[in-house]
Order: sequence, then structure tokens, then C-alpha cells
Amino acid sequence: MKKVKALVISGYGINCEEELAAAYKLAGAESRIVHLNDIFLEKEYIHEYDILNFPGGFSFGDDLGSGKVLANKMKYKKMGSGKTLLEEIKVFLSQGKFILGICNGFQFLVKMGLLPNTKSNFDQEVTLTRNNSAKYEDRWVYLKKNPKCTTPFLTDIDIMPCPVRHGEGKLIIKDELINAEILKQNLSAFSYCDADGNITSEYPINPNGADLDCAALTNSTGQVLGMMPHPEAFLSLYNHPNWGQMKRQNPNINEDGDGLKIFRNIVNHLRDSHS
Amino acid sequence: MKNQIQIILKDHIKDVQGDKIQKVAQSFLNINTGKVKTGKIFNVMYDLNEDQVSRFANLGLKDEIIHDVYINSLYQDPFYKSFVLVAKLPGVTDDEGISAQKTLMDILVLNLDTNTQHIYTEDIYLFESELEAGALKKLAEELLGNKLIHHFEYGKFTGKVEYVPEVQIVSDDKQQTIDLDVDDDALQNISKDMLLSLNMEEMLTIQAHFADEKVIKYRNDKGLSVEPTDCEMEILAQTWSEHCKHKEFAASINYKNLDTDEEETIDSLFKTYIRQSTEIIRERLKKAGNNWLLKIFTDNAGVVKIDDESVFVWKVETHNSPSAIDPYGGAITGILGNNRDPLGTGIGGGKLLFNTNVLCFGTPNYDKELLPGQLHPRRIMEGVRHGIEDGGNKSGIPTVNGSIIFDDRYSGKPLVYCGTGGVMPYQFAGVNSWLKPIDDGDLIIMAGGRVGKDGIHGATFSSAEIDEHSPQSAVQIGSPITQKLLGDFLQEAALRGLIKCSTDNGAGGLSSSVGELAEIIGGAVVNLEKVPLKYANLKPWEIYVSESQERMTLVVEEHNKEALFELAEEREVEISEIGKFTSTGFIDVRHDKRKVAYLDMKFLHEGVPKKYLEAEWKKPELSEPVIPSNLDYNEILIKLMKSDNICSREDVIRQYDHEVKGKTIIKPLMGEGGKIPQDAAVMRIDFNSFEGIAISNGICPKFGDLDAYEMSAGAFDEAIRQIISVGGKLPDINDDTNRFWTVNDNFCVPDSAFDPVTNPDGKLKLAKLVQMNKALFDMSTFYNIPMTSGKDSMKNDFKSGDIKISVPPTILYSIVAKIDDVRRTVTSNFKVEGDLIYILGETYNELGASEFYKLFGELGKNVPKVRIENADRLYKKIMKANELALIASCHDLSDGGLATAITECTFTDNSGADIELGALSGIGVNVALFSESHSRFIVSVNLDNKKKFEEILTKDAFYLGKVTSDNKLLINSNGEKLIDTSTNDLQSAWGKGLA
Repeated sequence: MKKVKALVISGYGINCEEELAAAYKLAGAESRIVHLNDIFLEKEYIHEYDILNFPGGFSFGDDLGSGKVLANKMKYKKMGSGKTLLEEIKVFLSQGKFILGICNGFQFLVKMGLLPNTKSNFDQEVTLTRNNSAKYEDRWVYLKKNPKCTTPFLTDIDIMPCPVRHGEGKLIIKDELINAEILKQNLSAFSYCDADGNITSEYPINPNGADLDCAALTNSTGQVLGMMPHPEAFLSLYNHPNWGQMKRQNPNINEDGDGLKIFRNIVNHLRDSHS
Repeated sequence: MKNQIQIILKDHIKDVQGDKIQKVAQSFLNINTGKVKTGKIFNVMYDLNEDQVSRFANLGLKDEIIHDVYINSLYQDPFYKSFVLVAKLPGVTDDEGISAQKTLMDILVLNLDTNTQHIYTEDIYLFESELEAGALKKLAEELLGNKLIHHFEYGKFTGKVEYVPEVQIVSDDKQQTIDLDVDDDALQNISKDMLLSLNMEEMLTIQAHFADEKVIKYRNDKGLSVEPTDCEMEILAQTWSEHCKHKEFAASINYKNLDTDEEETIDSLFKTYIRQSTEIIRERLKKAGNNWLLKIFTDNAGVVKIDDESVFVWKVETHNSPSAIDPYGGAITGILGNNRDPLGTGIGGGKLLFNTNVLCFGTPNYDKELLPGQLHPRRIMEGVRHGIEDGGNKSGIPTVNGSIIFDDRYSGKPLVYCGTGGVMPYQFAGVNSWLKPIDDGDLIIMAGGRVGKDGIHGATFSSAEIDEHSPQSAVQIGSPITQKLLGDFLQEAALRGLIKCSTDNGAGGLSSSVGELAEIIGGAVVNLEKVPLKYANLKPWEIYVSESQERMTLVVEEHNKEALFELAEEREVEISEIGKFTSTGFIDVRHDKRKVAYLDMKFLHEGVPKKYLEAEWKKPELSEPVIPSNLDYNEILIKLMKSDNICSREDVIRQYDHEVKGKTIIKPLMGEGGKIPQDAAVMRIDFNSFEGIAISNGICPKFGDLDAYEMSAGAFDEAIRQIISVGGKLPDINDDTNRFWTVNDNFCVPDSAFDPVTNPDGKLKLAKLVQMNKALFDMSTFYNIPMTSGKDSMKNDFKSGDIKISVPPTILYSIVAKIDDVRRTVTSNFKVEGDLIYILGETYNELGASEFYKLFGELGKNVPKVRIENADRLYKKIMKANELALIASCHDLSDGGLATAITECTFTDNSGADIELGALSGIGVNVALFSESHSRFIVSVNLDNKKKFEEILTKDAFYLGKVTSDNKLLINSNGEKLIDTSTNDLQSAWGKGLA
């Protein structure tokens, strides 16, 4: 059977590419880390892959706002072919392929207009900006999946613990209309919640003050997923801050981390649709 | 012409930063700013037309959801009655400006020079209150910026900002020669006037060298002046500096013990204790055929073997003085500089795995009047914290553990220890990665940031020489993004075999990096005109010794040059060929056709005269205090939990990314809710195995007031026991699995060179340093735990007029040890109700310098002593118990003793402990609860494992009680209630300590 191929972008201050590439390998896919400039130089082509991944990090040091400089590059920089990478990405999506952005990758997907893209015109409709705490924070949160959200990334997931590590993760929605569309189309994929799954805007359960307590967005087709939390940092049980007690209470506990489910979901989905 | 673009938040968007400034201004400066609005100004110096400016502003800079944009007119609203503008001084790093330049190129599809500054960013703050100039100045200098690096404007906002920090230097690349044929006073003045920091003896040595007939002859032959050039004097001063040559650690010391009348001569502390202990261990390892020590002391960082595939490389060092004057810049430059050590070890291009930071500050509530130039400890702490945050987070390197110590003796100079570990493949393109091969004719290539006046003569740069357009050189701001690109490029180049080896450019700049590499092969020719500059008109010697950051020096073979330059261009890293290595025995520096320096390598590296120092030890007169009886132990425990040195560091820790890379297994805080502090950090090395490392730091300067030897031994023990606590195994010479242990020792001491006027107690201070070294040797050789790298910082005194604030002699031992299987490591939190609690290790009447005594303002006398055989026996028993997975939780005892350690283990919902001290209180309740004796642990054990556990630990384990689930801490002594309090109250007191 043909292996699912995941492309993981690196360079310019991105720094979570290795764990993201490892996630796909553990999920049974082939994964390759490619420097973004090699794509601009047309040494590498996104169309050779099934899923395009934008990892977390600090592209351009978060200067001008997180993800902004990178989004500008994608929208305006011309490749040798005369096209922008955004145009290539539109083609990529039209072929039914998938895109995942985590943390800085999510920030840049919204600034590029790929998420939530309620009108399918790639206008910027939301932004991710400074946390209400005015701090960068690394802490574990719980995520509640929107049961009406159908993106294949999140199949069979309900509540998931995951670390957030950001200073600019607060989702701000442009206006009421977009807000209504996000709700109507079920595009808010994950919300911050307590250990029992109750969604709340209470800090630090919602670590940044995001509108709709939203931690992840998808587009209407479910092909694009962007999320602030880092599932690729929870590939193993031993990433969890309470693994010691969890293991003691349940000696037969699965040693995989919950974050791996997202990667298994999408890899399985792609494999099934290949076959 | 200049175009000015301002980006400002729309009115309905919460100004998070403004709100924070309003709050902090009120609480720390007692200034009521009213509402604060923040904005950013971009001064664009490129020649652009109106349409281009508008496109750039609206598409490139504005986030349309939250921003309004103003072009060539600034936002004004009568609601805001005063303002502060914070601009950078000329030459200060402006990364955001550079990023704006890059995005401008993308948006306008233009090809522009983005290597030098053409867009200058400024921050503007508008305040609702009509504030007076004094208050605005205070806000500017004490909250919003630092006058060493920023230009401020404030008052009532008129809608105009004119200032642009362009660097303008009047052309002067002249070279001077220095006449050394003068009398001794004049010679000393040359050193002083040129800020060379060379002493009389060193100046005389240099004088004699240049008067030597052989030297005169070859200088004549080569067309150089007989007198040394300014560049040559600078090279000598840099190479012979304490920073680079460690003259005091290399000095011959006459050590007298006045208590015993013993006297000895120590020929170099470094050779006698540090190097010697490691050599002894290396010999033992070699003999047993298990030598995992691959590189010690001779490179930027030490290297040990992980397995046949990979090696571990790491370095810890300090960045104290820069952090005292600009805490943010000092710390971030320290972190990034330290990152370049493992990055530039051997061939270079390793992958950086973690950072660790240990910080010593004055107490947060310091209330003495601040001396001129002294910053408040709270401000230093916030700046340093922020520097570590940006330095680590933006580089994608997790900050996995650390420590903060408060003592007012650090209020003049803070100590900022930065450590970084990394992994290199065993070989790059068939060559062992830790080697530094260089051949005659190899190219010298400088990579990374450009060169400016940054850091020339560091902090001694006189402020009198600064005018409004002279580049700011005393303080540097690191650029993590520049370095991230450089690091990624280096990794790729090393994997492709394009670089032969590399080193970092840190203190001393090219002079140091090229000088050290040239030592390997025996010479170099450098062409300074090929070094890319941030701005024009630097003098040749300035280019050579500049400490501009984010630079590496690479050694490249001619046939790889083209491929390397191509890769650099693709990765947007600037590299320049600036010379060649030779085997002539000379450092030959040129600027165009001019000879700038021509120095004999042997004289340069071996010519520095040896120092002689005196040390005299006398025991301090101390006594044990009388502590009142009938203490309320509930109250004492609450006080301890919120005391500066014990309270929670969560607020600081959470602002560091401690889990990027997805490999951190034991983080600084663990347990349900992530509240419980851990002993050592544990990381896995790769995703395809569970092999890992544990990382610990041992530091306890307070015990040095009682006994410097025991303080040093205790710090060493602390670092070891933290690793034992998480499940590490002591080294075993006969073990053949590369179970490495590696230490970085970092000494930070006050000026210890005796001077009857300026340093009358210098001999005693030096004696303490000697004792600290003796303890290092004893501990290291006993356990076979080698030093692989380290650093000394010798002048940690802050002087202002007649007042001197000196740090206490401080030693940090940072240890990394290999862990077989990270899944079998042990965390400190209690796991399950009903588990049995034991204290491991003997408790002694050792309350000297304890946190308990500190509550009463007492020092005491009884210093905690390391009983090395007992500790070793206990550690081996714990190792055995861990092999059988008998220990459910383990926490080492340190500040605050038993009572605080047990308390910390309960910090989750539904946890508690019911303790009966029983026979332990025979030594006295205060001692049992609060003594800080070393080599002890609190463990919890599943009832099912009781028998096996007790059989192994025997008399080294003392049963105390059980883990409960009622959020209560009960401690009884033979039935008498000492502590009965809610763990929630304890946790809340602990959590608020630094707030």
C-alpha cells in the first residue's frame, strides 16, 4: 500500500519541526522536513505530498505580530514560476489534500486567510494576538472537541489534555458576521475546558482569553486545521506532567500520548482514501 | 526621504500591553498613568513612492483585524494627555526593523539591502493622565526602557516624532602605533588610557618583547613599525585578559592555614584540582577500557560519548556584569552566547537539546537606597527572566530546569548562569565530530551577524565618549532569530561535510576565535576589509576585537567553498571569506594593503607572566543561637513556605518553554495541576529510544559563611543527589554502557587578590576559593564524576564611590548524567493515598545558615557536612530500590529541610501526609523538622513493596507515616501535635511568595 507522505516545513525561526515529523512517523506515514526556501526556490514541491504541515516556533521572531512576516511571504513573494506559494496551496487544497498548522503555524494560517475562510475567498477573518495575561506561558490545558465538527483530524476525540506554549494565542474574530459563520459551519474545532469537559473562559483554563474559548479552527471542508496547543509535544505518555501518578494508578496504561491520535486520524483517513 | 508609519490597536481591541504597564506603573513606581495606549512607529529610510509606502503599511505591517495604520501622521487623541517615546540608540539591535525590511522586499517585490538598517522601529506610549516630566522620565527609564540603550522623549504629545537612530561616524580608519619606550608610570598609563586592563608586569613583558632585536628585525623585514600597533596592543590585551587566560585560576598561590599553621604552594587551582581530578578519572576509565570522556577543557565545551551514534556536548557559564547594567540584554546575550559554545565545539553544528539557568539576585523586597548605576533586584530579575524567555523560547530550546537564589549580597552584581546541552552525531561525513582539524591553507569564513562597535571593551566603555550619533557599544542585545538561522545553517552544513570545523565569536570577537583556531595549526592571515560591517568607518582594531553577537568562525576547505556559499545564500545567512590559516607561527592581520598586526603566536599565547597570589585561612568565630521554645510550628511552616528562597517559582517557570522538542520527561513542575517542584530534569535523547539524560544544579552559597569547603562539597552533593532522586545511577568505572556523568563547574567570587587598601580581606577570600577547589577535587575523584568544562568569574563586586557590594563566594555544579530508560525515572509528588513515607539518610544537628535560623535573623555555626561514604552507601541502595521500581516518589531535602520537602510533595488536590517523627525527634524537634543536612530524601513507597524496600534500605530508611487524601499535613512528635494545617493554605502561601 502506498505510504501517506507528510511534508513538514522548517526554517526562518520555526522550531517544532522535528517532533512534528516524528509524530507522522509514529503514526505510520513518511515525513520529510523541508526548508521553506527550498520550496520558494522550487527545489521541492508541495504537490508531491498528501499533507502540508506548518509547525510551531517563532518565525521571524514574532516580529510585526506572530506569523505575519511568513504570511506575507506566502501571499506576495513570487517564485521562479511567477506564482505565489498561496496560489500553489489553493491548488493543493483543490486536490482534496490536507494542511495542519500548530501554534505559530496556526497564527500564520489565519493571517494568510486559510482559516476559518468562511466565505472561501481567503480573506483574513480572525487573528491570533497577545494573551490577556500579557505573558508567554507554557502550561497544560484540556481541549473539548466540538462534536459537530467533522474534520477527519479529530475523529473519535472528545477531551484531550495538551500543552500550550504561546504569548499570542488569543483568537479575535473580526465581527459578528464571521462569528456567526464560524458557529454555523462548526469551525471552532477545540475549545478550552476543565478536566471534566466544561468549556469556560476562566483563566488559566482558557489560557489566553480567546473568543469562543476557541483553541483550534478548521475550514468548512475540514481539510485545514489550525490549533494553538501542541499535540506533537504529547506523543508519549511520558510527556504528560502527571505521568508518574497516572502510571501508578493504572499500571497497564497505554504508553502513547493522546496527541498522537490526531496524526493517526489523518494518516488513516488519507490511507483509506488512497485505497 | 523618511516615511513614517504607525501601527496602533483599534479602539475596541483590548490593549493588553498597555493594561499591564498601567498596573505595573501603579504597583512598582506608584504612578497613576490612567489608561495606556501603545503603538509602534516604523521610520522607513528607503526611497519609496507613496503607493509603495501605502502597500507596505496596509499589507505588510497592519493586522487588519486589530490595527489602524497612520502614514506620515501620528495617532492623536486628546483623551491621552502625555506620552513617552522609546527609541533605540544608534547601533542597538533592531530585529523588528530588519524583519520589516524583509517583508517589504516580499511585498513590493524589490531587491533591497536588508543586511544594514534602513527601517528603525520605535515604541510610543500614550497616557490618560497628565504626568509631569519627572514621572514620565521615571516611567521611561525604570519601566519602559533603559537609558543605556534607549533614547527617550516625553511630555505632552505634539503629534511629531523626529528622532531616528542612524549611526554616523566621522571617517577615521587611521591606525596608531604605541611608543612603549617610556618609563613605568607612562607605561601603566598606556594600559589605563587604552582600557587594556594589563598590569605593570604584563606591560613590562610586552615592552621587552617589542624591544627584542629579533622582533625588531622581523618587523622591519615585514614592513611593520617597530612600535606595536593599536591593533596589536588590543589583541594582546584581549588574549591576556582574565576572561580568556584565567590568570587567577592559573596563578601560583601561597596558601596558609592560620588555624593549623600549615602552609603550601598551589601551582594553579585549575591544574591542581579541576584538571587533575578529571585526568585521574580519565586514567581510571581508560584502564577499565570504558573511556566515555571524549574531550575535556580544550574546546568551547566538553564532549562525552552517548553511544556509537552520538555524543553529548555541553557548557555552563556566566554573564554577570552585562546583566547588572542591562538585565534583559545581558541575559539574552548570555543565553545565545552560551548556545554557541556547544554549537561551535569540534566540527560544530550539533543540535541543541536544552537550556538551564541558575540566577542569584538581591531580595525582591530590597529596601536600601539604590547606589548610582545600581538597579533594583526586582527589576534585574524581571529583565533577566525576560532575556531567558526570549533567548530560549525564540531559539526553540527548552529551558528544563534552574534555580533562583536571593541574598542581598547579589544586589550589586547578580549572577546569571546559563547552560546549554546538545547532541552531535558521532561523525560528520566520516570525521569524529568533536575533533577540530585545520590545515595550512584552509579558509577562514565568518558567518552570521555583521560587525559593529558592539561590546568593544565591554562595560568599561566610558559614557563620556558617547554622543547622540555614536553607536552604543557597552550593552548588546542578542538577536535570537539571527542566531536560529545561523544555527540551522550550521547543522545543515556540518551534515553535508561542508565545514571542517568551527568556533564561536564571543568575548574578544575575531581576535579570540581566529586566535584560538590558529593555535591549532600555527598561524593565520586575516583581511579585515572583507569583514562585513553594520555601518561604515570602523577602525581596523575595532573590527578585529568587536564582540558583535550571533557570529561563528568557520574553517572551510577551498573545494567546499562554493557549495557552502550557495547554501548560505539559500538559508539567508551572510558568510564572508576573511582569510586563511597558515603555519607561519604568526597572526598576520591586514586591512587592504596595510599591515595591522603581526604577532608571534608563541608570545601571544604563552607570553603572559604568571600571577602570584596569597591566601590565608582562619576559621570564623561563630556560635549557635538560642531559639525561643513553644514555637507555633504551623506559623513557622507557613513563613518558610512563602520565604524568598523556598516559595514557588511557577510564574517564572511558566514563561519559559520547557517542553519544545517534545523530549522533556521530568519538567520543572509536575503532578496533577503541574505545581510540584522536581529535583533534576529528565529528557529523552531521541524519539526512537527511551534513553535519556538527567540534568541538575547544585548551589548553596549560604553555607560558605560557615565553611567554604563544606559549602562546595554540599553543592556537589546536591547536584548528585538530585540525579539519584529521579532514578539516576552513580558512575561505575567498570560499566561498559557509557553511563556518563559530566560536570560544569562555575566559580563566581568577589575580588580575591589581596590589596591592603582596596581589598584588605583578599587573602581570606582567596583561601575560601582554595577550599572550594579542594572540595571539588575530593568529591569528583571519590565518585569518578569528572569536570568536562566550566568557567570562573573573579570580580563580582559592584563599586560606587567608597561602597562595595561583593557577592558571597559561589560555586555552581551543573551535572548531566545518562539515564538508561526515562520511563523508569521517579517524580517527587506523592502518588497514592496509603503509600508509606520514609526519610532516607541521617539528620544531624546542622541548622547553621538554615532557612529556619534565617526566620530569627540568625546564622548559627553548625554547617551541614557531606559524609561522603554514608552518602555513597545510601545512593547505591536507592539505585537498587529503583531497579526493582520500589520507590513511588522521591524528593531531595534542601532549603527548609524535612518539613518543607514533605509539604511540597503534597501539592495536588486530595493529597496530604500524616507523619510521626518518633525517634527522629530525639535530636530535637527543630533539628528534625528544619535541619538542612545533606544527602537526604523523602520517599513514598507502595505498601506492597514495604518488605523489599526495607530489606534494601535497612537503617538508612526511617519510617515517618502515610500519604493521605484529606489535604492536611499532620506532623506529630511522639504523639505531640507539631503541625496540623491545611495543605491548601500551605500551597497558597507558597504560591504567593514572589508575587
